[in-house]
Amino acid sequence: MTTAATSIKQANWTEVTVEVCGGPVAVAQAGSGPAVFVLPRDNGHAPGNEFLDRLAAEFSISYPWYPGFDHGEPAAWEWLTNPRDLAVVMRQLAPALGLDAVSVVGLGFGGWIAAEMATTWGPGLERLVLVSPMGVKPENGYIYDQFIVSTEHYARAMFHDEAKFEAIYGAEPDFDQLAGWETDREMASRIGWKPYMYNVALPRLLSGVTAPALIVAGADDQVVPAECAEIYRASLPNATLETVPACGHAVDLEFPDVLAAKVAAFLKR
Amino acid sequence: MHLMYFTEQPMSAWNPEHAALDEITVAGRKQRVTALLHSNRYFDSQDGSRLYNERLEEYQLVDELGFDGIMLNEHHTAPFCMSPRVNLFASILAATTKNVKIVLLGNPLPIWDNPVHLAEELSIIDMVSKGRLVSGFVRGGGVENIQANVNPVFNRERFEEAHDLVIKAWTQPGPFRWEGKHYQFRVVNPWATPLQQPHPRIWIPGVASKETVIWAAKHRYPYLGLNTNFDVSQKIKDIYVESARSVGYEPGPENFGQLLQCHVAETEEKAERNAQQFMWMAGEFTGLAHPVWGNPSGYGSPSNRKAFIEIAAGRRPLVKPPPMHQRRMERTFIWGTPDHVIEQLKTVLDNNRVGILALWGNDGKIDHKDSVSCINLMGKEVMPAIKDYAKQLGLLDPFEANAPISLDVPAIAAV
Repeated sequence: MTTAATSIKQANWTEVTVEVCGGPVAVAQAGSGPAVFVLPRDNGHAPGNEFLDRLAAEFSISYPWYPGFDHGEPAAWEWLTNPRDLAVVMRQLAPALGLDAVSVVGLGFGGWIAAEMATTWGPGLERLVLVSPMGVKPENGYIYDQFIVSTEHYARAMFHDEAKFEAIYGAEPDFDQLAGWETDREMASRIGWKPYMYNVALPRLLSGVTAPALIVAGADDQVVPAECAEIYRASLPNATLETVPACGHAVDLEFPDVLAAKVAAFLKR
Repeated sequence: MHLMYFTEQPMSAWNPEHAALDEITVAGRKQRVTALLHSNRYFDSQDGSRLYNERLEEYQLVDELGFDGIMLNEHHTAPFCMSPRVNLFASILAATTKNVKIVLLGNPLPIWDNPVHLAEELSIIDMVSKGRLVSGFVRGGGVENIQANVNPVFNRERFEEAHDLVIKAWTQPGPFRWEGKHYQFRVVNPWATPLQQPHPRIWIPGVASKETVIWAAKHRYPYLGLNTNFDVSQKIKDIYVESARSVGYEPGPENFGQLLQCHVAETEEKAERNAQQFMWMAGEFTGLAHPVWGNPSGYGSPSNRKAFIEIAAGRRPLVKPPPMHQRRMERTFIWGTPDHVIEQLKTVLDNNRVGILALWGNDGKIDHKDSVSCINLMGKEVMPAIKDYAKQLGLLDPFEANAPISLDVPAIAAV
């Protein structure tokens, strides 16, 4: 089901599997300290993630594999057909992991799922961090359509600096990576085909989220238009927005140190 | 033998040089593109008007010459096919032709959001044509799903559910409710039902997707191989026969069909010159797309995923059709004078033993005059000889065999 926690560079990552909504959900865990729940992008876990390693130095990180993604079995989750369903699965995963008071960090697509979770989460949600979040409809631009390009093309589009992509995935990602991306894409298609990666109701629903929120966007995000981060900032009652210069969609992969510092500072505030 | 004429209705006025103007990047390399993102600024409606009307004249001739059927299909957002809705030409032909069967191969069921409307349209075509409709169904290619913005993950599920709904709308009195997985209707009660009772024949075309062959066999719907060679046709037959036996019947020639590219001309030289046009279409036209468009996420069988992943990443080339002379040897592409074509088609019938034969007569930039000439030679010389030969071989079509129209429906009532 998963690429296993060994895909994460540093030691001390473990993997647990818990039953949620009738199916197994695997979670990579590391670190100690206040609980932080990190939700991945729609193209799954990256091989190695310095951002998570850095965060694990100060926090107790839970980093799930979305069901069906990353070499999973999309057909086994055939009922999972919209982002709110996934948000509910993730919301139910938190108590299943014993996380009662938790901050949530969502990356890209995971930012959308985190936002959906926050709209129905009262006490217990400490803080919310949305990194280049999808999920709201841009007024002028469009969210990059992954379904008419290859999975590798999509992953490359997430970077301002292609050399950083190649440092992580290699100049030619291996077959195992491509196969993982293919299941990611199928699940993303099940969940986000139409409307493509937004929920028109979300800005209204976000008005009820009281947890402090930090939004971080790459200044050169080719996947999610910059205006989406601004819509989030304006819709959340207690949010600040920070931009990382010369950075694409995958802020955690392009500037892991910068993002980890921003997130840690915000979570400790 | 049911013998029908087919053309993909190419936008023959299209200038292939325009393909160089819309490029995409596949696996880091620039590639010309002739579908989906190839701009319709290169569609000229003056030429379109002329071509649609020339095509109608050709179909009229097909009817007058006594062909058994006209096969129609549809494709979208590409110059290789000018028919984006198979029911449109079917409607026109229902009114303008007299005897020929109107064979739709077919309506792409998954891209219909309202299969009840489809059931209505087909019923009207059947009534206006006085019972000449054959209603084939297809899954639709990847591009068809993308352009219609229908989630390709659910393509097969929608195909099967839409089929079930159309059959119920045709065969059971309304009003009834439909609460399916992909389709829901408060009231299904179409005030148009087929003239052929309980419903028109359903034929399924394909390129050997195993799941579809099994599905067709288990419904007792004839399966037509699209340009399949002898080996693939045999594989189709083996799968079909095994599935048919598992549900309790023995299929015969009436359960099998074959589409072949087949151009006839007065001389060998002219036939070969025009035959080149088919390759221009197959090798250049339809090949110029992103692999992801043809096989979007979740569309194909999981068993094909490994090959697809390598193709999409540019590490394995797309399978392109073999060169035309190889295809001539394989008899998936036949061209020549009537005598030559007759001999070749006889070999096809000897091998494939099909009751339904569709001849894809014209393509590419073959002009109206040569198209008409081909249809005349096909209708006056090839067709009588081939139908006679099929009779000797006992290759009955579904009408001649009075075959059940499905596993559930033993016979069709006389119209």
